[in-house]
Order: sequence, then structure tokens, then C-alpha cells
Amino acid sequence: MNPNYYLVLSVILFTIGVLGFLLRRNAIVAFMSIELMLNATNLAMVNFSHVHGNLDGQVGTLMVMVVAAAEVVVGLAIIVTIFRTRRSASVDDANLLKY
Amino acid sequence: MTPLIPMATASVVAFWVLAPLAVLLALGMVLARKPVHSALSLAGMMICLAILYATLQAPLLFVVQIIVYTGAIMMLFLFVVMLVGVGSSDSTIETIKGHRVAAVIAVLGLLGLLAFTVGGTIQRAPVGLDGATAPFGGNVQALADLFFGRYVFLFLATSGLLIIGAVGAMVLAHGERIVPKLGQRETAARRLQAYANDGSHLGPLPASGVFARHNAIQTPALLPDGSVSELSVSKTLAERGAFVDADELRAPTREAFRAISEARGHDAGELE
Repeated sequence: MNPNYYLVLSVILFTIGVLGFLLRRNAIVAFMSIELMLNATNLAMVNFSHVHGNLDGQVGTLMVMVVAAAEVVVGLAIIVTIFRTRRSASVDDANLLKY
Repeated sequence: MTPLIPMATASVVAFWVLAPLAVLLALGMVLARKPVHSALSLAGMMICLAILYATLQAPLLFVVQIIVYTGAIMMLFLFVVMLVGVGSSDSTIETIKGHRVAAVIAVLGLLGLLAFTVGGTIQRAPVGLDGATAPFGGNVQALADLFFGRYVFLFLATSGLLIIGAVGAMVLAHGERIVPKLGQRETAARRLQAYANDGSHLGPLPASGVFARHNAIQTPALLPDGSVSELSVSKTLAERGAFVDADELRAPTREAFRAISEARGHDAGELE
């Protein structure tokens, strides 16, 4: 199995994540796109760990998962707070700094 | 003797089954109109990645991916989708002109850049992790040696990170009460004021309808003149389209009464 295929899959998933982040205005879906990007990089790290016969990549992946868990908790709390004050989960509606 | 069919190992089969599925689910996450569908697609994609981790000799990550990502993070997403509102689908109006076309072009450029620079960098056959895990007796033990040995301070720092994350979420999500809580007396006074102003109904909202075969919460109640009372069904259910048509509910009863009336003959009179 050519290990480069995993890298290409990781690249495709990462770019889909970027696409979702750029296209979607719902804050929750934009946040999910970020999770998709994190998962794509995790796949690349696990693949490199397998290729080089070294477990450091898997340690890095576990760290990314821990950071993602903390980040999701705080990020979703921020989204809920914004929704509570502005009654909207769209990133276009949080535009007070624009005017 | 060479085999006629090239041997396909389990990891090859798993990759070619799961990789297209993961890409399709990821695209589904981006393109789904409702956030719930996005969340479910993303959960499916994460399970695909978990199985790929298993084929890449990462059994601990396979389990952690399923428990932490699909089990905890995605369910947290679903809870927030529930709090923020299932009905809030994206608006399709472009606030910046040409934003969508520009985004797609930029992403295609990024895809080409990454795929052609990173996509072919590994020039050797994978070593595999058997050599790295064998001295410790397994993947989990080898990772434990790294976490409690070389990376122990990193590991300790994550505990601080998780505690700060939990406290931060509680602080952020805790709602400050801006207006004083309404008591029974204030509610009653407010209702009477509304009655005095525009004559709105003093009593409680009507209950949902009770029909011969349905009395669920989404069945609308009928007013004395036979029309549907809009107040009897919760607004959330009506928004989701879970509203049952009253005529549809009345039809079987009506049909049954008609059949009975016919069977009893005309001298017995109508039942209704």
C-alpha cells in the first residue's frame, strides 16, 4: 500500500474543511469544518508514524485530540453565548466591529 | 509462480472502501443544508478515519477517535445544534459579491498546491510500527512509555488545559439574569393588562387535540366551528413541519360513522 495515498486523502479532507469554513455562514458548521481539518492532519500524522516506524506521530495525534476537545467545549460555549444575546448563529450577524 | 490476481491486503481494501466514503461524507457535511445533517455526516467521516487508524497500526487512536470524537465532541455539537435551533438553516444570500466562486477557486488552488507538493513526498515503503512497539509489548504500552516518560510534562499540561476548558465553558455558558424573574403575581398582572389592552384570552393556552386515534402533542385542537386552533400546537413543532392535518385525522372517524349509519339503515338516523 503506497503511503502517499493516505497523504492525498488527508489533503483532500483538509481542503474540504477549508471549503466548508469559507462557504458556510452557520457558526456551528464552520466550527465542524475546523474539526474536519484537525482530523485530516491527524490522519497525516498517523500515516507518517506508520511510515517511519516511530510512535511520536501518534502521541501528536492524541495531543491534537485533547486540544480539540478543550477547543470545542469553549468554542461551542461562545457560540451559545452569542446565540443567546443576538438570537442568531450566523457569522454574518456578529458584525458590530464593522460599523 | 505469481498469482493471477494481485494480492490485496486488508489495509488496501479498507483504504479503497473508506477513503471515497470519507470524502463523500466530508462533502456532505459541507453541502448539507441543516446543521444536524452536517453533524451526522461528520460523525460518519470520523468513524471512517478511525478504521483507517486501525489499519495504520494505531489501535489506541482507533478507540480514542471513536470515544472522544464521535462519542463526545460530535454529541456536544448535536446538543448545541439542539440549543441553537434545528430550523436555523443557512441563508443563501451572498453578503460579499462573488464570495462563493472565489472560495471554490481558492480551495481548488490549495488542493493542487498541497496535493502536488505534499502528496508524493514519501519515497520509501512504510517501516511499520512492530519494531517500535515490540520492546514494550504492544501499542498502548509503548504510547504509555512515551506519555509517562519523554512527554510527561506535556501530558500534565493537558490536564490543566482540560480543567481550564471546562471552567471556561461553564463561565461562558452560564447565563446572567438581566431582568428579574417573573413571579406568579407579575404574570397574572401582565395577562390582565393584555386582556385590558387587546382582549387576548385570559386562560392558559389550549391543549393539543384529542381525536379518536390520535392525541399526540402535534395534533392540533379544533375550535367549535371546526377550524384549527393555531395556539394548540407548539411553535417549534409547527416550524419543523410536524403539524398533522386535522382533516386527515378526522377522516377515519368520519368514514367509520358513515359506514355505521349506512349499515343501520336510514330509519335509525345519523350518528353525528
